[in-house]
Amino acid sequence: MSVASASGGETARQVLSLYRQLLRQGNQFASYNFREYSKRRTRDAFRENRSVEDQRRVQELVQDGLKQLQMLKRQTVISQMYQQDRLVVEGGISGKDKGGKGEIMRQKDTGWD
Amino acid sequence: MANLAPSALRQASRLASKSVLSTPTRRSVAAVGRVAKTASQSSVAPTRSYVTESKRDNAQVQVETAIRLDKKDFEKAGLALSGQDGSNVHVSPMADVLKQATVMDEGQRPIYLDMQATTPVDPRVLDAMMPFFTGFYGNPHSRTHAYGWESEKAVEEAREHIAALIGADPKEIIFTSGATESNNMSIKGVARFFGRSGKKKHIITSQTEHKCVLDSCRHLQDEGFEVTYLPVLHTGLIDLEQLKEAIRPDTALVSIMAVNNEIGVIQPLEEIGKICRERKVFFHTDAAQAVGKIPMDVNAMNIDLMSISSHKIYGPKGIGACFVRRRPRVRLDPIISGGGQERGLRSGTLAPPLVVGFGEACRIAKQELEYDSKRVKFLSDRLLKGLLSMEHTNQNGDPEHFYPGCVNVSFAYVEGESLLMALKDIALSSGSACTSASLEPSYVLRALGNSDESAHSSIRFGIGRFTTEQEIDYVLKAVTERVGFLRELSPLWELVQEGVDLNTIEWSQH
Repeated sequence: MSVASASGGETARQVLSLYRQLLRQGNQFASYNFREYSKRRTRDAFRENRSVEDQRRVQELVQDGLKQLQMLKRQTVISQMYQQDRLVVEGGISGKDKGGKGEIMRQKDTGWD
Repeated sequence: MANLAPSALRQASRLASKSVLSTPTRRSVAAVGRVAKTASQSSVAPTRSYVTESKRDNAQVQVETAIRLDKKDFEKAGLALSGQDGSNVHVSPMADVLKQATVMDEGQRPIYLDMQATTPVDPRVLDAMMPFFTGFYGNPHSRTHAYGWESEKAVEEAREHIAALIGADPKEIIFTSGATESNNMSIKGVARFFGRSGKKKHIITSQTEHKCVLDSCRHLQDEGFEVTYLPVLHTGLIDLEQLKEAIRPDTALVSIMAVNNEIGVIQPLEEIGKICRERKVFFHTDAAQAVGKIPMDVNAMNIDLMSISSHKIYGPKGIGACFVRRRPRVRLDPIISGGGQERGLRSGTLAPPLVVGFGEACRIAKQELEYDSKRVKFLSDRLLKGLLSMEHTNQNGDPEHFYPGCVNVSFAYVEGESLLMALKDIALSSGSACTSASLEPSYVLRALGNSDESAHSSIRFGIGRFTTEQEIDYVLKAVTERVGFLRELSPLWELVQEGVDLNTIEWSQH
């Protein structure tokens, strides 16, 4: 999950779009830990490669990011198919679900009791 | 319209008849219950009079993070009630909505902080595995068709990833079912191969090893081998001088684990490897908890045999690997004989989905090693600082040489098991998963020289790639509250607060 931002107008837009897509897709994980990790890892990877100037390297990173996006699309679907109950920490320390925008709808516990 | 009217009428009448039927019976039951209650109350009331009233302030539980799991029972009770009444729509149209609401607003699944036992499968790993569960089902040992070739190619790629992670050659990786099998294979294999001639009949290991290493050694003792169990220092590290003294001319193998599964202590592998190479003894290390978490290099550390497990590094369960050095060659007596797969050391068809998942997990572990260890260190420092700021707590193991993802802390004057019970909303363990069924104190902590009480009151926190800051904060809050609560209940704690040294008390015998 690592991609860079670049100076060129076209690539910069492409990179920004990829970043948004990755974040949005990662938010679709039903599992709290994977969701948080995906968002954090995406953010950190883009931040880490912020200063990459070499165009070839940027393209490499973009390609890698696109691959990760494909993976995220598949895995978030799987994650939503087999949902568990929420963790006690989800929604902050009180555990209350405040129902933020764009969050996935949750079904009742499908796991073992 | 003509059709609708009669059907609506019928429905209404059905509703009415149902409620007429059900209400009287319920009322009568309630009435009987009330009578029974008053009767029992009147008889009990005089006997209660001499009981002193308990003070309210003495038994307070912080409500905010009090154990939430009880709620599930409530839900079940609600379900059972509605079942008795027939459909709950008749009772109250809100019942269904409310039942949903209890599930929706708060989660009840515990936080997972037992990463030493096992780890969740990384979505990237699962993504790599899926094609081998659905399409590519060939036997990787089939050489005659494309199905076999594609599986074999994937298996060999996975082998390369694993080898790259530990700095080995792909040919030196043998797939097994897990670290337990790898340990058994290495220890029994080397001992039996070199013990056959009767010249090398001695094995060295340490007291804090994993159960499967200790048990393999005990098994070999029955076969006539001699085993030295090296004691450890109070920090959990082995004494290198003692190791040097223990090596004899007939020593075949030294087996020391890399990272301890209970206290997270990292043994000085490089030094041990050097000693073993000088004395021409094979060096086996159980690196199930170390690979992918701390940098490992089999050549720099002079490791001859190494056990690796997949499910400790976010891979699938049911697969592991054994590194067996080729130059200088380590010869083993295979435990499993058969079709001669894996250089004849471990026969049996490989499981391509698991192998591929394992390989992908290793690739990710190598790529993310730096990022993950920084993250784990950050969370671990936060947790440790919070826990050690409580009074009468101390960390087990060496505070300098330990893997930060494994934090073992003793809470004095609190029973570990009861603390685990009180922390139902956090998945924790007091020791290794293998021994978590028994209430015996951990043998690892006993080997460090800790007292029984201290070993009983120890809890292990495992931090991993997917642990979040919120989770750590929640855990800190919950642990602080409940440890305080349990200590308030404890008479020992009261004595300690009064300044009584517990060792001076003479307990009366009954």
